[in-house]
Amino acid sequence: MNPSNYLFVSALLFTIGSLGVLTRRNSIVIFMCIELMLNAANLAFVTFARIQGNLDGQVIAFFTMVVAACEVVVGLAIIVSIYRSRRSASVDDVNLLKF
Amino acid sequence: MNTLALNAGVTGIPEAVLFWILAPLAVLAAAGMVIVKKAVHSALLLAYVMISLAIFYIAQDAPFLGIVQIVVYTGAVMMLFLFILMLVGVDSSDSLIETIRGQRLAALLAGLSVGVLLVAGLGHAFLSGGAVGLDQANSGGNVQGLASLLFSRYVWAFEVVSALLVTAALGAMVLGHRERTVPRRTQRQLSQDRFREGSELPGAPLPNPGVFSRHNAVDIPALLPDGTPAPTSVSRVIKARGGVLPTAPFELKQEHEEDEA
Amino acid sequence: MDSAHALASGSSSLLVWLIALPALGSAILLLGGRRTDKWGHLLATALSGGSFIIGIVELIKMLGRSGENRGVSQSLFTWISVGNFNVEAGLLLDQLSISFVLLITGVGTLIHVYSITYMSHDLDRRRFFAYLNLFIAAMLLLVLGNSYLNLYVGWEGVGLASYLLIGFWNQNPVYATAAKKAFVANRVGDFGLSIAMMIAFATFGSVSFDGVAAGAGKANSGALTAMGAMLLLAAAGKSAQFPLQSWLGDAMAGPTPVSALIHAATMVTAGVYLITRSNFVFDRAPTAQLLVVIVGVITLLFGAIIGTAKDDIKKALAASTMSQIGYMILAAGLGPAGYAFAIMHLLTHGFFKAGMFLGAGSVMHGMNDEVDMRKYGALRKFMPVTFVTFGFGYLAIIGVPPFAGFFSKDKIIEAAFNAGGARGIIIGSAALLGAAITAFYMTRVMIMTFFGKARWSADAHPHESGKLMVVPMVILAIGSLGAGALLSLGSSFKNWLEPVVGHGFIEPPARMTPLVVSALALGAVVLGVGMAYLRYVRQPIPELAPTNVSVLTRAARRDLYQDAFNEAIFMRPGQYLTRALVFLDRVFVDGAVNGIGALFGGASVRLRRVQTGYVRTYALFILGGAAIVVAAMLAARL
Repeated sequence: MNPSNYLFVSALLFTIGSLGVLTRRNSIVIFMCIELMLNAANLAFVTFARIQGNLDGQVIAFFTMVVAACEVVVGLAIIVSIYRSRRSASVDDVNLLKF
Repeated sequence: MNTLALNAGVTGIPEAVLFWILAPLAVLAAAGMVIVKKAVHSALLLAYVMISLAIFYIAQDAPFLGIVQIVVYTGAVMMLFLFILMLVGVDSSDSLIETIRGQRLAALLAGLSVGVLLVAGLGHAFLSGGAVGLDQANSGGNVQGLASLLFSRYVWAFEVVSALLVTAALGAMVLGHRERTVPRRTQRQLSQDRFREGSELPGAPLPNPGVFSRHNAVDIPALLPDGTPAPTSVSRVIKARGGVLPTAPFELKQEHEEDEA
Repeated sequence: MDSAHALASGSSSLLVWLIALPALGSAILLLGGRRTDKWGHLLATALSGGSFIIGIVELIKMLGRSGENRGVSQSLFTWISVGNFNVEAGLLLDQLSISFVLLITGVGTLIHVYSITYMSHDLDRRRFFAYLNLFIAAMLLLVLGNSYLNLYVGWEGVGLASYLLIGFWNQNPVYATAAKKAFVANRVGDFGLSIAMMIAFATFGSVSFDGVAAGAGKANSGALTAMGAMLLLAAAGKSAQFPLQSWLGDAMAGPTPVSALIHAATMVTAGVYLITRSNFVFDRAPTAQLLVVIVGVITLLFGAIIGTAKDDIKKALAASTMSQIGYMILAAGLGPAGYAFAIMHLLTHGFFKAGMFLGAGSVMHGMNDEVDMRKYGALRKFMPVTFVTFGFGYLAIIGVPPFAGFFSKDKIIEAAFNAGGARGIIIGSAALLGAAITAFYMTRVMIMTFFGKARWSADAHPHESGKLMVVPMVILAIGSLGAGALLSLGSSFKNWLEPVVGHGFIEPPARMTPLVVSALALGAVVLGVGMAYLRYVRQPIPELAPTNVSVLTRAARRDLYQDAFNEAIFMRPGQYLTRALVFLDRVFVDGAVNGIGALFGGASVRLRRVQTGYVRTYALFILGGAAIVVAAMLAARL
């Protein structure tokens, strides 16, 4: 098996994640799809590390995880505060900045 | 496959088996995550994807990263997601009807084009020689190798990321903070409210469910001294659901002998 | 005639006061406002009289000098000095200008006195006197300027004063329109004067009279003819000559003193002054002189014909003014042989026409401002002094000896006949015909106003006017009687002007001797008077203007269709052009500008729908953009 198959899986997961972001309306599900995209990127990094033979890819994947964790924290806090004021978790309901 | 991919050599058989079993399942789970109606189901499917990714990491000589994936991502981050789901509403589910015209089609086009482009890009990459593998990089152990990189070449990024963590925590606190608009009612004030005229709250604690009746289940109301069911003894959720059972079969039988005697 | 133009050989510092006094008066009254209402008219009259006194002083000084040295000048300051174009603000007083100065200030002061009573009921009397003084100052500047540009300032000034005074009662839109009409017609003439100045500068390098006179001998005849034609256009505008004569009749909308001063004695004679002053140009451009003569002949007949059909006494007098100035222009176009007679006729005309206008004003004053002569009749019993003074003017204008007009008009007719060739006969005959028609319609005016049966309504109480009105009329009547004889004695006036305008040769043999001319002229007069007598004394005068009249009468009533012609040829096309331009501007220019605005507006209305407010569409755009970027990067590397 060619190790670059992992890269295809990564691309596939990334695509699925982006489709989910565009299609779902529940803000938490959208967030989860973003997490999926981040994870797909991580997989790609780790595979490249293995292919290149040095650990830089893994270090970057590590940083990506940390940043993703911070992002989840803040993002969910925002979702909760929006939910408290609007009583709705749908992203289509926060559409006031329009023409 | 070989003509599309960059040629990176051949892996061992165990890894191939692992890959060919887990990878399709992971992709299916990801697809399902996007498609299912209930948000909790999406969360569970995502957790599954993350775990299989962790297994991939371990299979690719990145054990540290794999464990961190399970501990941080699946453990902390997905738990956080589930907590928020509970707060927002477990039952919250999207209708599958798309409200924005043309969004589905455009999304499909955009997503597919990204995917195709990525695959094409990958296909055009080439490598001289196969995958090097991490045997030599992990010679001192994976953690040691990572640490030596982390604290030498990437130390600046490391420090910045730690500052980011602190900032994120502060941010979450600020965003989650609820400002009081009225001062908090002290216990004394609460107690005074309870005994005030016209207050609906009872002065004394409510009877537990089922008191003075033969059952003390949650869905059977307690009986007041005059034999009528106490409406406040059953959770209003159950009342709203219509699950309150009648007390008649469970009431104490009256002693008729008192009248005869 | 070389060096006929009298260069000023001396200087006098009094000249500027001639202009400054009335200008000061005008400024004080206009700026002072209502505070000066009580004494404004007296101040204005006094200042006008002061200018007259300075004029007399200068005349006495001038008489003491010899013929060639009579001109004096005063240079005030250097006005324009740009490259080769140098104009000095300077004044020139020679024999020609002193004649005008005395006429303007003399008649002007008399009319100031007259107006004190005539305008005594008007609340805006102070403003009237301010404008009168302004007019006097501007007219003096016109005749005293030593270059065409200085003359132009005065020229424009009298045009302005005329506009302000015609439209004095500007609450009436008809009067205001008449004022505008006068101004616009004058403007066409001013255009001619500007072009003439430009030609002068291009040809001679100077616009001063000295400069042009010095260079006229060497210039080519084309430039001189063009300049002469343009000067003629200017004169036609200011003096109400054909083809710019349509404004004079409407100008009678102004108060009668205005008509007397401006539109009889002074402003309308400015054209004659211009032509006479430019003798060095005209004498060398025979074609231009011929044009001048033609214009004069046409106008004198034009005015005479119109005058026969007018029932408004002021309009009849205006038509006669037009005709008499035609005589003056005709004489001025005859070259050095005619300049002196033109100016002499101008001076005598000033007396009798102003006198007749003041008389008309007196009649109107006594008849509740009625101007229709059909409502007059037999007024000589009620206004005897007016009748006598008006009568003197009437006898002067028709040319009965020994009144003033006899001397001046006959001299013009004589010069016309002696102009040579078939031309002379035509011009002379036309002048004689004009004399006959003049006699006819002036007699008509006299008969309808002062003789016959009383045709006025019961509420009119004709009475003689007050002393301040009567005295100027009497003085002017004396002038109508004696001025002509005075000026003609021993050709004194002709010799007086000769250093300025040159010596007029009459080629021997003179075709017509003065006696023959006078006989013919008197014959024409008798003919005219007789016809008027037959028509208006033997037959009763209808109170309403009869409607079934001949074609000529109908045409004369409508000013020989001059207004209709102007409107059809100039006004209507102008209006159509304006409308077309407005349409173009609105549809194309505004349309283009607004169209661009609307384009952007419409585009932005459509473009802003991109901001749907939905996060998911924005995410879609982000993904689309990312796809494009990746594609571009891949394409670059392929």
